[in-house]
Amino acid sequence: MTHSEVLVEAETITRFYGKTPAVADVSFMIRRGEVLGFLGPNGAGKTTTMHMLSGNIAPLSGRVLIAGHNMRTEPKAAKAALGYLPEHPPLYRELTVDEYLDYCAALHRIPRRQRRAARERAKARCGLSEVGGRVTANLSKGYQQRVGLAQAIIHEPPVIILDEPTVGLDPIQIREVRSLIRELGQNHAVILSTHILSEVQASCDRVQIINKGRLVLNESIHDLMRRVQSQALIAAFRRGPDMALISGLPGVRAVTIVEENRVRLLHEPDADPTDALVKLSMEQGWGLCEINPEHSSLENIFVELTGEGEPTL
Amino acid sequence: MIRTIAWREFRSLFLSPLAFVILGITQIILARLFLGHVNLFLMIQARLVTLPNPPGLTTLVAAPLLGNAGVLLLFITPLATMRLVADERHNKTLTLLYSAPLSMTEIVLGKYLGILMFFFLIVALSLAMPLSLLIGGHIDWGMFLCGVLGLLLLSATLAAIGLLISTLTKYPAVAAMGTLGILFLLWIIDYAGHGRGDGGKIVAYLSIVNHYEPFLRGLFNTSNVAYYVVLSVTCLLFSIRRLDAERLGA
Repeated sequence: MTHSEVLVEAETITRFYGKTPAVADVSFMIRRGEVLGFLGPNGAGKTTTMHMLSGNIAPLSGRVLIAGHNMRTEPKAAKAALGYLPEHPPLYRELTVDEYLDYCAALHRIPRRQRRAARERAKARCGLSEVGGRVTANLSKGYQQRVGLAQAIIHEPPVIILDEPTVGLDPIQIREVRSLIRELGQNHAVILSTHILSEVQASCDRVQIINKGRLVLNESIHDLMRRVQSQALIAAFRRGPDMALISGLPGVRAVTIVEENRVRLLHEPDADPTDALVKLSMEQGWGLCEINPEHSSLENIFVELTGEGEPTL
Repeated sequence: MIRTIAWREFRSLFLSPLAFVILGITQIILARLFLGHVNLFLMIQARLVTLPNPPGLTTLVAAPLLGNAGVLLLFITPLATMRLVADERHNKTLTLLYSAPLSMTEIVLGKYLGILMFFFLIVALSLAMPLSLLIGGHIDWGMFLCGVLGLLLLSATLAAIGLLISTLTKYPAVAAMGTLGILFLLWIIDYAGHGRGDGGKIVAYLSIVNHYEPFLRGLFNTSNVAYYVVLSVTCLLFSIRRLDAERLGA
């Protein structure tokens, strides 16, 4: 199987709301077999970008190609290749889940004979098999979200765009949806928009951070994790350590006190001072009782790049 | 594809009580008016026979009833069409249609066809009463069918106007009020001028009711048909343009 086919291409897409640029000069591409995390604080232009990719609004300039089809000149071919779960699942409240999914299947031109099979497959994948006869208005938020997801994948599109798919789900459902996204990522190109950092860490291959309408980061999750993970250590001691000695260790850039007898070491990416620190502690008799590389540091990058306060986790 | 959208539109109407309420109340009101017309006919029947060329049941009962149905449709239209696009925009379901491989033309025509099926159902049900006259009398079929054709054309035009207004807003209530205002204005637009002078004639020509009355008198005139067709098609084209413009960010 080739993992090289480019399925989504956005070239310098721009969109204004009034005079404010909601999205400015954003370019990126996604290949088959990739899950792209689209990360940004609220109001950064995530949803606007998703809307442009799905053909709901047209970019002021630039162009969007879905599976090689230009969204402006061949909208039908482009839209046939994508499934979109918007921020609010687009449910007809008066229809049952089965009726709704059948309608979606028909809109996506699935031949009449295959609709039932397509519907059952989508339901099974999204855990909806038992609620087929229920009216969507009466479903809980989590189930409504899953119906929205089923709608986006019922026609097995090569490109799947998900705008905040785990909002309103309980932790078990979130885990199910994440594993579904990973599974979809095997054969499709998936774009996942979210403001939840752990979600990107859990399910994406590549991450893009958007802030104030501009892309500020585009990196594979692997590189990103390595870059941010190995730069800080947390160490705790029984007796107060000598800060000056720790700062003197090779590769240590800065040392800060987190709380009493607990310090945070920032170090160079390639020089892990763990061994040296353990040795030093032994010699000085500080009683080292805990040492940890700092893990949840995607947050730090996020805060650093967006320059905003605390991100929502 | 148009049929898929139309069918869902039609079915969804009946999933809320609104469609049944509209159909029921229309029937009650028309029944009352029908009785009134029949009563009048019975009262003057004796005198009518003395006339050389007396007006029959069609002129005195069926035609006025079709006229009443037209007025009633004017008031039903805003309620029936307000949800078409405005509600989908409000509930964010329009996204589903926009992201599906559909052209704006298919979306608009699908919705139009859906509401048209409902309007034709209303018309079909209102015909039951005049047709019951066949039990004890006879109907001038040419005149009657001409009136029915007029009513169908009228309802198709009202629906197109309602659809257009519904594409303009996000709030069904605003769409309903806008549609009611425009339809009512089109109905009474020649009230003041009544065909005096050239300006008056133009205003009178615009009136939606002036093109309906000839049909009720059994007068089939292509210019009247053209009026309804042109008005409907224009509204549909504007609706398509409006949805396109929304996507482009106007």
